[in-house]
Amino acid sequence: MSNGHSQVRQLATCDGRKVSASRSMRRVHLRKWLTLFGAVSIVAFMVFPVYWMVNVSLQPEARPSLVQPFPTAPSLDGYFQALQEQGNNLVTSLLIATGTVLFSLAIAVPAGYALSRMNWRITSLILLIVLISQMIPSIVIANAVYGRYVDLGLLNTIPGLILADASLGVPFAILIITAAMRTVPRELYDAATIDGAGQIRTLIKVAVPVTRNGIVTAGLFVFLFAWGDFLFALTLTTSPDVRPITLGLYTYIGAFVNDWSTVMATAVLASIPALLLLIVAQRYIAAGTTTGSVK
Amino acid sequence: MGAVTPAKPRFTPNRRTTLVQLGFVLPAFVYVMLFFGYPLINNLNMGFRDYTTRSFFTGEAPWVGLDNYQAVIGFQYFERIVFNTLWFTALSIVGQFTLGLLIALYFRRQFPGSQSLRGVLLISWLIPLIASTAVWRWMLDKDNGVINQILESVTPLSSGPSWLSSTSLALVACVLVNIWIGIPFNAALLYAGLQDIPKEVYEASTVDGASSLQTFTKITWPLLRPTVTVVLVLGVVYTVKVLDIILGLTGGGPAYASQTLATQAYQFSFEQFEFGQGAATGNLLMLVTLFFAVVYLRLNRRSVDE
Repeated sequence: MSNGHSQVRQLATCDGRKVSASRSMRRVHLRKWLTLFGAVSIVAFMVFPVYWMVNVSLQPEARPSLVQPFPTAPSLDGYFQALQEQGNNLVTSLLIATGTVLFSLAIAVPAGYALSRMNWRITSLILLIVLISQMIPSIVIANAVYGRYVDLGLLNTIPGLILADASLGVPFAILIITAAMRTVPRELYDAATIDGAGQIRTLIKVAVPVTRNGIVTAGLFVFLFAWGDFLFALTLTTSPDVRPITLGLYTYIGAFVNDWSTVMATAVLASIPALLLLIVAQRYIAAGTTTGSVK
Repeated sequence: MGAVTPAKPRFTPNRRTTLVQLGFVLPAFVYVMLFFGYPLINNLNMGFRDYTTRSFFTGEAPWVGLDNYQAVIGFQYFERIVFNTLWFTALSIVGQFTLGLLIALYFRRQFPGSQSLRGVLLISWLIPLIASTAVWRWMLDKDNGVINQILESVTPLSSGPSWLSSTSLALVACVLVNIWIGIPFNAALLYAGLQDIPKEVYEASTVDGASSLQTFTKITWPLLRPTVTVVLVLGVVYTVKVLDIILGLTGGGPAYASQTLATQAYQFSFEQFEFGQGAATGNLLMLVTLFFAVVYLRLNRRSVDE
């Protein structure tokens, strides 16, 4: 096998020698830049709606038919109005998303640790249940818990939405964190046991620091899921008192269609966490996307 | 592997350790039972009962057998709703997958900035669905939307179609937006799958003088198959339950032209307050999901066994 491989390498270099070195170098260079140009075009095409969102949000003066392709005279009036009318909803979303992250991690970190150390038969059964849970449509959950929410007074409350939104994050967090915990070398646990550390101490002092990246990835995604939740906000609130930004945006879409700059400014504000994370935490996002099944 | 005894002494977990570990799993178990197990069972139960807003306050929900299912299936638009669900799912998956695969293949070439561009590509998937829906609703506006403005300037059409309020286009519009949202997810997973194919396989085929199409059909596709099935099955599971996009774009209309099982379940329960019928519709939706979940698990197990 390795012999065949080196033969291939040799053939490749022989072939390369036929063409004059500098010419082939230049051609490779040009091809690279052309490929980059193509890739930029693909990305530009895909990102266009997001660009348009920002563009329209900066043109509050323009009548709908007069929106320019570029904001030549950008104005933040749309944002001021959006903040005035939806500022509270942004705070609500922030509270709910943060609460959901804390709640989900509090559940998923110990569970992931234990699942990575327990008998594999029990573990694989539990992980199977978790995997299937993730597939249950949120509308089914909302429909079934609505009655209990009425009974328990959880309707129109932030804790109520945190509990419901955690259904979007807990299974994903358990899967990611269990996978991360499995990579912890056993020797570290053995050493902790020799030091006389109990399970709780081992979890806090050994497992959590070593799997920090996995936990951060899980936390970031849970934040995005909860922040972007629309269905639970729509079904489990009945008054404007507790209204996440997603629901605020939805009521906007239906209500005033003439002032789109404010609607788009709200959409931009609602997208800020995703945009921020994409800039600041890209490596975590990349890790979360490919580790298992998301969303 | 198992026959080899490790040289180093291992600490076998004692009973106390196991109990503590079970305690660690307990909160997760309780949560999963309350927010996944209970809803599944309660929804089945609700499907057989006459559940209205009053039931939540009086606690009375009389058993009505299959009445809810009869009402749901007998609903004059039921057939349209089922077909919409199938079309929405099938077309979305085909579009997302094909374009996602093309992008994944393209990004496998070496060029500067590839990684950052792949990151930027994820944007449409990371921002809240309802935010994307809001932009698209504005872009697809009949009179002032940018899509029709472009269409009117490059085609002889004097006015673009009314995407969101015509019975023949509403579902198409929802599919288009859903494809746009799903492309990054498909591209990212397929790209990861492509990276797992060893480079040596390709080097050998270049020497053999295989064309790029041959390389794709004979090497890339067969080796990518496990990833492909996972992406497709997950795609179906996540697409049949889509609600945000349709509610935000068309509200399921006009005249049920873009209503799916998911939006219909919502409408029964939270607009008409017929929670029993909503539960019945949700259970039909669960049936579809369950079928594909089983397919997924079987495929997954097979790939683990191999």
